[in-house]
Amino acid sequence: MLTIASTTFKSRLFVGTGKFSSAAEMKQAIEASESQMVTVALRRVDLENPEDDIMTALDRDKICFLPNTSGARDAEEAIRLAHLARAAGNTPWLKLEVTPDPRTLLPDPVDTLKATEQLVKEGFIVLPYMNVDPVLALRLQDVGAAAVMPLGSPIGTNMGISNKLQLEIIIEQARVPVVVDAGLGAPSHATEAMEMGADAVLVNTAIAVAGDPIRMAKAFRDAVHAGREAFEAGLGRQSTSASASSPETNISTPNLDFISN
Amino acid sequence: MENGLTLVDLLTELNLEPGTVVAEINTKIIEQDQYEQEVLRDGDSVELIRFVGGG
Repeated sequence: MLTIASTTFKSRLFVGTGKFSSAAEMKQAIEASESQMVTVALRRVDLENPEDDIMTALDRDKICFLPNTSGARDAEEAIRLAHLARAAGNTPWLKLEVTPDPRTLLPDPVDTLKATEQLVKEGFIVLPYMNVDPVLALRLQDVGAAAVMPLGSPIGTNMGISNKLQLEIIIEQARVPVVVDAGLGAPSHATEAMEMGADAVLVNTAIAVAGDPIRMAKAFRDAVHAGREAFEAGLGRQSTSASASSPETNISTPNLDFISN
Repeated sequence: MENGLTLVDLLTELNLEPGTVVAEINTKIIEQDQYEQEVLRDGDSVELIRFVGGG
């Protein structure tokens, strides 16, 4: 079981609700994923489509909303969005995103730390989106982040885990759950993160833009489960030299000339 | 703007369910249980925000 801020989750897959072709498809994909935590964004009401409402599409008794601060370019904008999210969703949960550069959408470490510290003081359960920086992860948990969300690779790129070495360090050091977020483009990427010992992963684009988002949601569900099982079972050590799986004794064959023994 | 128009009146006029929208008047967030009491004045700047799909 995954526990974040004293709340337990059976599923270790968080799903983003963006980019789906319809609310009905999003709802079905989330059900298929068996996720209990979904991210949502805040935007101005589109007066052309007043009926377009995600709050009524999903059953919040079963699924926890994790509002994000997407669109915030600095700490101040993120804090304003956090207050709006709390008022709109009646929830202290927050995925803190501070992305000043729309080209890379990479998180600003300085303002993310600043906003985390402030929002934790205000009683938010803050899960900051961060670059794969082990020292920053320590600083964020030190100021009270409920979990850390290092990126696999930049948002929407589907490139998988781009900095495995540093992600391993973050996981090894973390005293709060590590949720690998962004850029996980294939179920195998999610499995890899879970095998490394990540506590959960967040997937949006890879499911939402798949040919069949509902089947892809199931594929990610199974991949996350497989990766977690493998991590808990304990993976074998990697080695550069071979080690036979079958007995090497009692084989009556002559030595081969071209192999030097 | 009509005299005495409340936030709830405005939302109803716009076909919005009050429970699904958060309102900011002149950058101040209005709590949902205050929507009926909140009377709008000429020149007020009203922001209506809601959850949408996002990652």
